[in-house]
Amino acid sequence: MGMLLQLLRGLPWTLALMATAFAVGSVLGLPLMMARVSRLLPLRLAATVLFAIVRSIPPLVWLFIIFFGIGFGLINMSAFTACLIAFGMIAAINMAEIYRGGLIAIHFGQFEAAHALNLSGWHVFRDVVAPQMFRVALPSSATYAIGLFKDSAIASTIGIPELTYQANYLSQTTFQGLKVFGLVGLIYIAVSLPVAWMSRLLDAKIRAKVAR
Amino acid sequence: MSALFAGASWSDVADWVGELWLGFIISLRVTFFSLLFGLPFGLALALGVQAKLKAVRWASLAIVEVGRGAPALVLLQFIYFGLPSIKLPITSFMSAVVALGWCTGAYTSEIIRGGLEAVPLGQREAANALNLSPIDALRYVLVPQALLVATPALLGFSILIFQGTSLCFTIALQEIISRAYDIGNTTFLYFPALAIAGLFYAACCIPASLVVSYVEQRVGRHSLR
Repeated sequence: MGMLLQLLRGLPWTLALMATAFAVGSVLGLPLMMARVSRLLPLRLAATVLFAIVRSIPPLVWLFIIFFGIGFGLINMSAFTACLIAFGMIAAINMAEIYRGGLIAIHFGQFEAAHALNLSGWHVFRDVVAPQMFRVALPSSATYAIGLFKDSAIASTIGIPELTYQANYLSQTTFQGLKVFGLVGLIYIAVSLPVAWMSRLLDAKIRAKVAR
Repeated sequence: MSALFAGASWSDVADWVGELWLGFIISLRVTFFSLLFGLPFGLALALGVQAKLKAVRWASLAIVEVGRGAPALVLLQFIYFGLPSIKLPITSFMSAVVALGWCTGAYTSEIIRGGLEAVPLGQREAANALNLSPIDALRYVLVPQALLVATPALLGFSILIFQGTSLCFTIALQEIISRAYDIGNTTFLYFPALAIAGLFYAACCIPASLVVSYVEQRVGRHSLR
């Protein structure tokens, strides 16, 4: 019981890591997605290269490059800032791809109709594209948020006292690795199950509101 | 000795590449063995969650849900720190293969299950009409078609497992990232050392993902027919 309480001390940190990275990702993902589908070739090319580089290097490596590589001597930063930058950047790229999936899912008739109604570019985006795009992107975003929740375990490597860090500490002090890591694994599952369940419920409701 | 970047010189980099290469080979070996054991395990789990025996079904479901629900990092440490605590000594390489193999099995079982569901119902009926035993229907009709559909997703997942080997840093496996970190520790040139290790990953994963999207197109064309 004491073990569980000690582990749960890490949960707020894990949730904070997930929430901040997801917030940064959802906001920055939008302009990145627009660059990725831009009509300007140089912009599109630059975005494609950026996406490929960010996605091809594992999150742990990004975290180390930022925390040890840049943080050591160049720009001083706290471990949490390093996590925010690394996870925020990775989340932004992934959210951009999720938004792009939502954009692709919009029926081309919608664009034709908007054009026929003589809507301006901004209006097309705000009133036609965005509402449908975000609806289609919602379930994938929820899945991705769960992914971020689990990926935040990597922050334990640079000393953020989140769930996995607490498990490490406990297993080193009690020598009950199997029990401790089993328990922390169950905490991760217990938190992600309701999120997955809610997203499935929401998905069914929201999909009905997208034009086919 | 011209300075290259962030304080590292070309001769430094030349020294490191050999060292990092050795770690890179270990990362590749972990990936290879994780997939070697994990992919058949995934197929077994995909069939297991649909088994008629309740015990098999529940056991498979538990393995899949834990493998997908818990972070790979926690699985790794569960095996590496957990098994010795019940007097089962295990090397870091073995734990890496077991944990990432488990992770592979759990995720690929869902991919393969999706592939099995994508096989048209008529194929099942036809196999039945030909009086194939359930095993033969799986072996000759359903599984080959399911695996074909699942191939792009399985290849994509293989790239993720390769990236996941970087987590083995935390269980003292001398893979590429631990070596880059050690170089940083002794020379204080963290940035160039880690950046070069990152380039190893990029040099592998970018071409690999291009291959995956090519295969995806080919398979897509195949299933249209």
